[in-house]
Amino acid sequence: MTSPLEITPLFFLGPVPITAPVVVTWAIMLVLTLVSILATRRLSLTPSKTQAVLEMLVETIDGQIRDTMQTDARPYRPLVGSIFIFVLVANWSSLVPGVEPPTAHLETDTALALIVFGATIFYGIRIRGAAGYLKTFAEPSWVMIPLNVVEQITRTFSLIVRLFGNVMSGVFVIGIVVSLAGLLVPIPLMALDLLTGAVQAYIFAVLTMVFIGAAVGGEAASPTNSHLQEQKQP
Amino acid sequence: MNVIEIVSIIAAALAVSFGAIGPALAEGRAVAAAMDAIARQPEAAGTLSRTLFVGLAMIETMAIYCLVIALLVLFANPYAG
Repeated sequence: MTSPLEITPLFFLGPVPITAPVVVTWAIMLVLTLVSILATRRLSLTPSKTQAVLEMLVETIDGQIRDTMQTDARPYRPLVGSIFIFVLVANWSSLVPGVEPPTAHLETDTALALIVFGATIFYGIRIRGAAGYLKTFAEPSWVMIPLNVVEQITRTFSLIVRLFGNVMSGVFVIGIVVSLAGLLVPIPLMALDLLTGAVQAYIFAVLTMVFIGAAVGGEAASPTNSHLQEQKQP
Repeated sequence: MNVIEIVSIIAAALAVSFGAIGPALAEGRAVAAAMDAIARQPEAAGTLSRTLFVGLAMIETMAIYCLVIALLVLFANPYAG
């Protein structure tokens, strides 16, 4: 049985080894880009069926961002939406015969989690300023500074391991069952895999929102809480 | 098959089996509490289920850590040679 922790390169592009997850990732990116371009080519005020589905998807993502971060959804829609749709399609790409989901390998998940880590710092500094963002590490008091720094690292690590563990264990279990029982037996497990994939994509997106929301201080920015803070100031 | 491999397999089985107990109990309690809350306040079901999903994912991470440790012991064991 091959180890799920290591991957072998498919071919070499000059000195760079290209592995199967990289190829699948680029294929997913290509498909998503093409579908987005084709679906948004003819937008109109009286939506067609495709446009209605797209608008529903965007509305749902916007609503989740508003509910979770308590702030305007527009600045975060591209990042959170892309992460959700990419992880969902990547988790479900195991439906295509011969394709292993790229999220079942540690490297893809690490890349995604590092994007989230970078975005947290980027939005935190952009909304609060560098000094204001650094000050959030000293909340509620300066004693918590080491813990808050450690938390930044551990939550990124747990983001990696959570997605990797869930998707990889699904692939692994199906591999074991196929080697034992063959044709129709793994189908219920594959259906369960689809559910896990969708839930994990949702959770990855929600955690992205929570982390960015904590960095930009969405609670303080919302209108209901800002007047409370104004009352607290004097 | 030498002693280290046998011990590794036993350790992996123990890690997953005992590591799954805590998260299983915790997830059960979390879902029970959420069901209770939804039954009392059905209009808050949306917020509750979103929080529940995130909480379950957090709890589940503990079991996933055990799984990853088991995989490390089985496939990336530095002592197995």
